[in-house]
This record gives sequence, C-alpha cells and structure tokens, in this order.
Amino acid sequence: MASVTMTVNGKSVTADVDPRTLLAQFVREHLRLTGTHVGCDTSQCGACVVHVDGKAVKACTMLAVQADGCEVLTIEGLANGAELHPMQAAFREHHGLQCGYCTPGMIMTAVDMVNRLGSDLDEATIRHELEGNICRCTGYHNIVRAVETGAKAMTEGGARQAAE
Amino acid sequence: MHAFEYHRPSNVRQAAALLQKNEDAKIVAGGHTLLPTMKQRLAAPSALVDLGAMGELRGIEKKGRAVVIGAMSTHADVATSDVVAEAIPGLAKLAELIGDPAVRHRGTIGGSIANNDPAADYPAACIGLGATIITNKRKIVAEEFFTGMFDTALDEGEIITKVSFPIPAKAAYAKFRNPASRYALAGVFVSKRGSDIRVAVTGAGSDGVFRWSEAEEALAKRFAPKSLDGMSPPASGMNTDIHADAEYRAHLVGVMARRAVAAATGR
Repeated sequence: MASVTMTVNGKSVTADVDPRTLLAQFVREHLRLTGTHVGCDTSQCGACVVHVDGKAVKACTMLAVQADGCEVLTIEGLANGAELHPMQAAFREHHGLQCGYCTPGMIMTAVDMVNRLGSDLDEATIRHELEGNICRCTGYHNIVRAVETGAKAMTEGGARQAAE
Repeated sequence: MHAFEYHRPSNVRQAAALLQKNEDAKIVAGGHTLLPTMKQRLAAPSALVDLGAMGELRGIEKKGRAVVIGAMSTHADVATSDVVAEAIPGLAKLAELIGDPAVRHRGTIGGSIANNDPAADYPAACIGLGATIITNKRKIVAEEFFTGMFDTALDEGEIITKVSFPIPAKAAYAKFRNPASRYALAGVFVSKRGSDIRVAVTGAGSDGVFRWSEAEEALAKRFAPKSLDGMSPPASGMNTDIHADAEYRAHLVGVMARRAVAAATGR
C-alpha cells in the first residue's frame, strides 16, 4: 500500500491505496465522486477527464499515487453550491448531451480549453480541441454550441466577479 | 494490471539506484504508453520508478545553437514553448499533433523516445534534426539511439535526462494520422542545416524510424517539394497492418515528405 495526499475539489484527502489504483478509480470508488466516468479505459474517449494542477488529464491513465501532492478538480467541484458553473449551465441550455455519459469529461475538457485558449473560440477550434472526447450518441452539434456559449459566459462571469 | 511497488525518487541518482536494485522495475514518465500496456498485462513490472517529482528533468532552453528539452517536458510544454516556436517551429507543431490535449498534458518527450514506438512522432524529430539524447551516463546521437522497433541503445537503469536539438535553417513535419489513435501511419520530418539535409520517416518503416536517403539526395540538389515529385520509398521496407498496407504507406511517405518540404520552405 502507498499513502497519497491530494486536494480534491478544495478538500485535502489522505488515503492508503494499492499503487495500481487509477486516479479515476480513486475518485470514484474511494471518494465516491462518481461524476468522473470511465468509458474506454484506454485514454481515447475522455469521459474520465479531470483537472490535475489546473490541466485536463485522462484519469484512467494516471495512477492515484502520481497525483500525490496535486490539486485535483472533478466535475463535482465546478459548481458553486447550487449555482451551476457557466459551462455546465451552457450544456443545460443547449442540451449538449443525449445520454449524458460523456458530459462530465466534455465539460472538464471545455473548461480546460477556455483556460488555455481564452473564451473567443470558433467552431473549428472547439471541434479540434474536443478530439480527445468521444460522444457515442454523436451529439456533437449541441456540445459545440454549448462550449461556445459556456466559454463566453466564463469570461462574463469572470469580468462580473472582478467588478464586484 | 498486476501489482507493483511504487517509488517516487526526488533525483536521477536515486532513480538509478532504485532501478539497479529492482531488476524488473520500469521507469514511468507520463505513463501514457506504459499504463495502458500494464492494463493489458503486456507489461508487468515488479516496481515503477516514477520520474514525476523531478523538476530537474523538466524545462526547455536555448543553449547556443541548440534547443535543449528536459526529458520530463510534456508534449504540451513543447507545443506551447516560445523557445521552441521561435527556434524550431516544426518541432512545436509535431508536439501539437500528438494525441489530444489531455494526452499532451501527461505524455513526455523522454517517455516517447525511450519507448521508440514505430509510429511515435518524436523519433522522427530526433533523427530528422540530428538530435543528441543525453542520459545520466552519456550522450547518444539519434541515429545510434533508435535501434529498431521498441528498441533503443539505452542500457538497463539508464535514464534519459535531456534531448538536444540543433537549430536548423528550415524544418517541418507532416503526418498522416490514424484517425482513431492519432499515431502516424506515415510521418516525415525534414530539415536543412547548411549542407546537412535530413528526411526522417516514422510510422511507415517495418523496423521503426529511418532516414530516407534517396529523398535527402534529391533535396540536396534543390530543397523544394518538386525535387521529390513522383518519389516514394520501396514498399518492401514498409509495415503492413490492419490500418494500411506497405504500398499505401510507401505512397504516404512520398506525399508527407513533399508536404513537409513545402511547409519548411513556406510554399
């Protein structure tokens, strides 16, 4: 067993884990944060995307012990209490999902996209940046619209916060 | 995945000592090849030595006429580095074509080179730019480093610390990606540095990365896409698998080489 300590959604967590525990398994089974989904388990589909130290990663292809000392953000950590994160709200508004299985990973990837590239994202950029997230319902059209809207809302929210 | 011991040393010396002590231990860098391989039980190391805690292995700097990249630099680090973008934009572009954004946040240049997957991108850049691979023990020139499919000149317990890329006058990479895996079905890195002209091919050769000398000779006369008109390497040396047969790969190498030269010369 190996001891890991990390911050998950703002809370410090320490646990003894078998070193082969994947980060995705750790957040789902040890922390009961089941919003992070495992689709393909081969780092192709992106359902398991979380942020580690502010960067989107595929939690099925990282060991929990590799995240020792890191800040981890999962889909559960995005909303501010009952108030959805602007990207979540945009996915609801545009119905950027069909079955919803890929949605947590799509949203975490979309937030990472805005963090890296800013909020003025054209359709081609969004589609290209989503290449590591697969929607088996093929509902990409509304996902792309949701990311576009969510990206804009993220800056507006940020600007409003800064003004307050 | 089979059970293993996990070690996270804080410097290269400790890592080397751990590797020496555990015969079946493997180094894990970003883990984006090793962990999937372990899940499939194609690899079952007794221990993992994680290089993730070593800041000394990360970082990109211009040193004289070369760009030196720390082995634990991620593909995203290389793709977004101002130093790389200015000195060898073709290398930044190559890093940007690996996997997807989340994969690029974890996968590392050292891991890619040490694994020498026949469809990986970095081996083409190393040979295509005449890079030197620097380890905890020695310096190895790229042509001597890649010794065949999934095989390198690395000894047991030897750790890549840096890769030094000489800055070329012109260079570019063109890749035909497998649409599912994003690995190269054929990827060609071309460069020109004085009279040193290189055409390195990945993804296509049945024994991994190779230099396409006929194309280099043609480009030595004139470094332009037209010089390669109608050329492709012999299909006999190409790989055949479910994704593409040898003839198709040979054809793609010609097309990618012309595209790379066009990109390198701004045509």
